Amino acid sequence: MQFLEKTKKSIFSLIILVLLILSFFIFKFALEKEKIYSPKITDNQIYTDFEVTDLIEEKKINFDQILLGKSFYLINIWSSWCEPCKDESDKLLELRKDTRIMMIGINYKDKKKNALNFLKLYGDPFDRIFIDKQGTISINFGAYGVPETFLINEDNKVLKKYIGPLNDKDVYEIKKIINN
Amino acid sequence: MIISQLGYFSLIFGLLASIFIFFNSLIQLKKNNSVISDKTTGLIGFQFFFVFISFISLIYSFIISDFSNETVYNNSHTTKPLFYKITGTWGNHEGSLLLWLLVLTGVLLGFIFKSKNEPNNYRLLTTLFHQIIVIGFFLFVLKTSNPFNEIFPVQKEGLGLNPILQDPALGIHPPILYLGYVGTSIIFSAALASMISNYVNKNWAKNIKFWILFSWIFLTGGILLGSIWAYYELGWGGFWFWDPVENVSLMPWLSLTALLHCIVTLEKRELFKKWTIVLCIITFALSMVGTFLVRSGILNSVHTFANDPSRGVYILTFLFVLVLLSFVIFIIYGNKNFTKKSEIFLLSKETAVLINNWFILYFLSVVLIGTIYPIFLDVILDEQISVGPPFYNKLILPFLIPFVLFMSIGPSMKWIKTNLKMGAKSFLVIISTLILSFITVYYIGEKNIFILLLFIGFFYLLLKSLSQFRDKTKNFAQIFSHTGFSLLLISILLNSFSAKEIVKNIQVGESFILKNEKIIFKKIAVEKEKNYESIVGFFEIHDEKNKTINLLPEIRIYNEPEMATSEASIKTSLFKDRFITINIIKDQNLFNVRYQHKPFMIWIWISTLLIMLGGLFAIFRKNKEVNI
Repeated sequence: MQFLEKTKKSIFSLIILVLLILSFFIFKFALEKEKIYSPKITDNQIYTDFEVTDLIEEKKINFDQILLGKSFYLINIWSSWCEPCKDESDKLLELRKDTRIMMIGINYKDKKKNALNFLKLYGDPFDRIFIDKQGTISINFGAYGVPETFLINEDNKVLKKYIGPLNDKDVYEIKKIINN
Repeated sequence: MIISQLGYFSLIFGLLASIFIFFNSLIQLKKNNSVISDKTTGLIGFQFFFVFISFISLIYSFIISDFSNETVYNNSHTTKPLFYKITGTWGNHEGSLLLWLLVLTGVLLGFIFKSKNEPNNYRLLTTLFHQIIVIGFFLFVLKTSNPFNEIFPVQKEGLGLNPILQDPALGIHPPILYLGYVGTSIIFSAALASMISNYVNKNWAKNIKFWILFSWIFLTGGILLGSIWAYYELGWGGFWFWDPVENVSLMPWLSLTALLHCIVTLEKRELFKKWTIVLCIITFALSMVGTFLVRSGILNSVHTFANDPSRGVYILTFLFVLVLLSFVIFIIYGNKNFTKKSEIFLLSKETAVLINNWFILYFLSVVLIGTIYPIFLDVILDEQISVGPPFYNKLILPFLIPFVLFMSIGPSMKWIKTNLKMGAKSFLVIISTLILSFITVYYIGEKNIFILLLFIGFFYLLLKSLSQFRDKTKNFAQIFSHTGFSLLLISILLNSFSAKEIVKNIQVGESFILKNEKIIFKKIAVEKEKNYESIVGFFEIHDEKNKTINLLPEIRIYNEPEMATSEASIKTSLFKDRFITINIIKDQNLFNVRYQHKPFMIWIWISTLLIMLGGLFAIFRKNKEVNI
């Protein structure tokens, strides 16, 4: 009996020990994990083979299926908590008038309710909006933060990249590229 | 400059003192002295003094805005009011760790003073184990988070403190919370020491109970302050978000609460020895896990000051060394000393405590899983999920009903054996509970049977606790805490069920209606303060009795760093809070106004204070025969 009791105890201790060591390594990997993300952008070609979730319908779709049918795509990374995003909203609304561009919004680390509220307040310039809760999609694009805007063509090539809010000069430049 | 140097060298002296104390205790343990030498006591005093000097130097550097100090440069600004210059000292990673060290050495000093009548080898062993923690943190501060780094050339102006941290409640939140968090370290050291010195008995329980209560009270207070801050500063009127950072403070609180009940059983009946020790270790481990998660940057929140992985790896390794150390000691000594087995009767206070512990441990595991599961999943499967309130509500709420029922009956149990009798009084309590619950549910218009059951459970606990005020053997500590806890649950439930909200975009001069109230937007004004400019909205509210209430929400634009925050304006009354926030809508004359009724908010704060008050009663009640 005593032997049985002892074996039970040592097995129990062993399990706890293994669990402890396991969680140590998991935590350690978690610490290092953030560094793993690096832009998957190559030769100005944007990386498109990943799944995105629609903000409004909450449906999943592969991103390369979105980039079809238009000659230009404007990807704008924004968030409701981002102050400069409010400043550039009218610039985006202006660009939206051009039907040759498809406006794609990437909603960065945001809450749906806040995001929808933001669009109600400042206007919705986007054809499609996808959520990026963890910020990993934006990193795939090679973005540094919010707001950031990419103009890409039908071959998924990045024509222009704007870090920070768009201004009138940028809008003029984008229009010029499209008209050529 | 010189002050920074003083702080730095003071820290080094503190570390030297620690190493000295460590070896000194070892030597004394070998000699088997019957009294702890004055030298050791003196050294522990000096150690605290050195850290204190260092801490004061940092505060001083913040007050005079010494921008040759990197910590001050990164987190302060000359235009900040004095109060926020001081609170800025611990509003950053380096300073907050110095505060951690201050409390760590402080509690040891307190322990030495409070344990004069305890066996000498127990005191020495506690000192020894505590020094391991102290040395670990000294090295951590000096190696990875030195608060006294100099920058050259000296900067003219600092970068400023995050505006949402510039708040009175948040100014004192860290020190209070740390007293609770770090207070658990002495429980840990003492638990290990008591195991080795074979001192896990009534006397030990009496001695360590003070520190358990001490940590528990401050932890409760710290969590309360954090919630109050979240309520009016984050601007959307919630007070608890099941955010991982909140969870890591709740976890040690839960295990402390379980421990609190266990230690009394140990004190009275010498039962649950092993379990008490395990809880002591778990409590401190959870505090450390909290520090690790918050400080390492694994979690993103206002509490995360810097993402430096080397810091995370250090705390993680240190945490596991401590846990493994306690594990090994537990394996070696844990089985040897606790052979005595006493019978436990089904109807007894012992059983009640055991049930209490099972439930609390269940709640603790829910919170633990909800907090770390997403991290594990991310590492193992590369999948990101976030665990929100529905998870906690579903897993915790149903179990609250039996929990509060046991909590109501438990205190009237007696030690060893009880004969339960249903008197007229108990009958009266049950009837009043049912009446009260039905009225409440009817009043808030909720038809869900589950909600009714919740209210019945909570009200039963409330009335049962209140009815004990008439008992002869009344125990204020338990009555106050349990009454507070039931009030807290009732207030939270009422608050979540009858809150009302309206969001409108309106111009100055316009008005809108919520329930029977008319809200009029009178005017706006611009005001200038030292560290921010603000746009103040003047709102007048006419309630159903045609009384006028003025609310003045603000939008503040802080200068350093430049950032806009929305300041809620809140009018508190006994039954509800009126809560209003405004936001600017660009290029239009419109303002986005959000007006809310938050019922029974003040009762959430009051009931938490009652819970703390119960703890205070327990501390100041001397040598009287009491129950839990």
